[in-house]
Amino acid sequence: MTNTREGDPPLKVTDLTMAYGPRVIQRDLAFEVAKGEIFIIMGGSGCGKSTLLRHLVGLKEPARGKVFHGRTSLYEASSREQSALMQRIGILYQSGALFSSMTLFENVALPLYQYSDYTASEIRELVMFKLALVGLGGFEDHLPAEISGGMKKRAGLARAMALDPEILFFDEPSAGLDPVSARRLDDLILELKESLGATIVVVTHELASIFAIGTDSVFLDAETKTMIASGHPRDLLERSEDARVVRFLTRGEGSR
Amino acid sequence: MQEQGGITITTEQGQGVVSLHGPWDREETGLRVAESLLALGPVRRVRFDTTGLVSWDSRLAVFVSGLVEDLKARDVAVDEKGLPTGMLRLMALAAQGAGAAGASVKPPREPLLMRAGLKATAAWAALVDTLGFIGETALGLGRLVTGRGRFRRDDFFLLLQDCGASALPIVSLISLVIGVIFAFVGSVQLKLFGAQIYVADIVGLAMARELGAMMTGIIMAGRTGAAFAAQLGTMQVNEEVDALTTMGLNPAEYLVIPRVAALVMMMPLLCLYADFLGIGGGMAIGVGMLDIPLVQYWNQTRAALDVTQFMHGIIKSALYGVIIAMAGCYHGMRCGRSASAVGDAATRAVVAAIVGIIIADGLIAVVTSIIGM
Repeated sequence: MTNTREGDPPLKVTDLTMAYGPRVIQRDLAFEVAKGEIFIIMGGSGCGKSTLLRHLVGLKEPARGKVFHGRTSLYEASSREQSALMQRIGILYQSGALFSSMTLFENVALPLYQYSDYTASEIRELVMFKLALVGLGGFEDHLPAEISGGMKKRAGLARAMALDPEILFFDEPSAGLDPVSARRLDDLILELKESLGATIVVVTHELASIFAIGTDSVFLDAETKTMIASGHPRDLLERSEDARVVRFLTRGEGSR
Repeated sequence: MQEQGGITITTEQGQGVVSLHGPWDREETGLRVAESLLALGPVRRVRFDTTGLVSWDSRLAVFVSGLVEDLKARDVAVDEKGLPTGMLRLMALAAQGAGAAGASVKPPREPLLMRAGLKATAAWAALVDTLGFIGETALGLGRLVTGRGRFRRDDFFLLLQDCGASALPIVSLISLVIGVIFAFVGSVQLKLFGAQIYVADIVGLAMARELGAMMTGIIMAGRTGAAFAAQLGTMQVNEEVDALTTMGLNPAEYLVIPRVAALVMMMPLLCLYADFLGIGGGMAIGVGMLDIPLVQYWNQTRAALDVTQFMHGIIKSALYGVIIAMAGCYHGMRCGRSASAVGDAATRAVVAAIVGIIIADGLIAVVTSIIGM
């Protein structure tokens, strides 16, 4: 039931304008995310990175323009199609967004119970496997309130991966993590990309992450309210002519 | 008595000297820019002397920068060299950050007509939104009835417990006391005519038709309605509702339906329970204080009540259950993304539920009296 063919980008945005009521956040966005890339959405605080993510995953309808998942336009699809598309993506929210009334096991198992016809013991094994992948084996009976912020993120990642998604979205994965944990999460993202072959979209302004994992990117600017650069982050750093991009990528020091 | 900071203002050859001395980080400074300006008098230059200054905090910096600003506004040359370097740097930093362009633009106040129009369109949008929510919930309930509901059974049982058994203590207390109060109030009047026995009728009818349902409704609005709003609101803040949506689960179906269903199932039971406890409370007063024999009170109550009276209250309580659960869930789902928004949502849910209950009760009273039930 996949709707992507070889050569079709898994995610494409055309002519996208995002707005809250009359207040335009970003306009004229257009980009494609190729299969197997780690695509970074970057920009200064308040430029609309997270809003763009909400548009990409079906949480906020664009003021204008389209978001394609494979060949299907996300916001023009029927609710049944949308629901099917949603099963092909996984999202790690900024704070993990674990269901606080459920244990980690139940959190990761929820999508499996909803969308697969595996037996209870198969689901149990799968959940344990996913939790082990993110280094949380043994924590399956903990409630989200009982574990640290970094662990919540990793548990959220296990839940996002429950259905082996084709695209994984990360909203500020390193926000609120110490440098070592942030680095470990980056490594985990790289590892997952290699092993699962998933396409990954990351919203971040963490320079270390951007250069460590990114293979493609867009740069959103808050003042002109549109994207002002795109490409491999290292190419941007080396070749970009735009002072704003260079300033961002060099922490405002201006020299490369 | 600790040493206090002091200020001396002198004028020498047309130049004002503001000298600050002593420790300036304790107690109220008592400094006023205007007074100091007066003390300076008409001078062309002002300099600061802080050789005697022992210590200072932000309050002194605020005073000095206020003074400097006012002096500059009067074309008085100010020599800031005498101030401590730390204070100069603080003042420079504050001057940089003051009034960043566009930071505090309050939108201009719109004319009256425009505000009225905006209010009207907002009210209309809220109405459409509410109707949409009701419709969505109705569709979800339909799916539930046809066995295609999508939520976790464990969650539902927890909700049933929360809306039912857990509410028993408070419902017991309130309905018992309400029965007692009614018996008291009634007996005062009825005693005048020697008709105390009719206390049984008053308490029985009031509990069965009105108060059982009404009191349970109000208790559950404050207890469960607020809890629903706070739960869903917190889930909204914590992005859990987004997570459900992006898993392809409809939050309305997954979160709202089980709550509405649980409350609608439990409310009639609670109402019936409240009816009996209220009657029991009335009976305690009738038998204990009005010296009506227990059997007589019981028979009088039975004669006054039939199934219709109880059905009246029970059906209403189910309706109140819908109102409470919908109000709680609606305000929870539309909650903003902050802690105070969750509090607002809970408050609104309770207010909306209680208003809804009272209005519904009034309408039903009018309708039933017209059709004579």
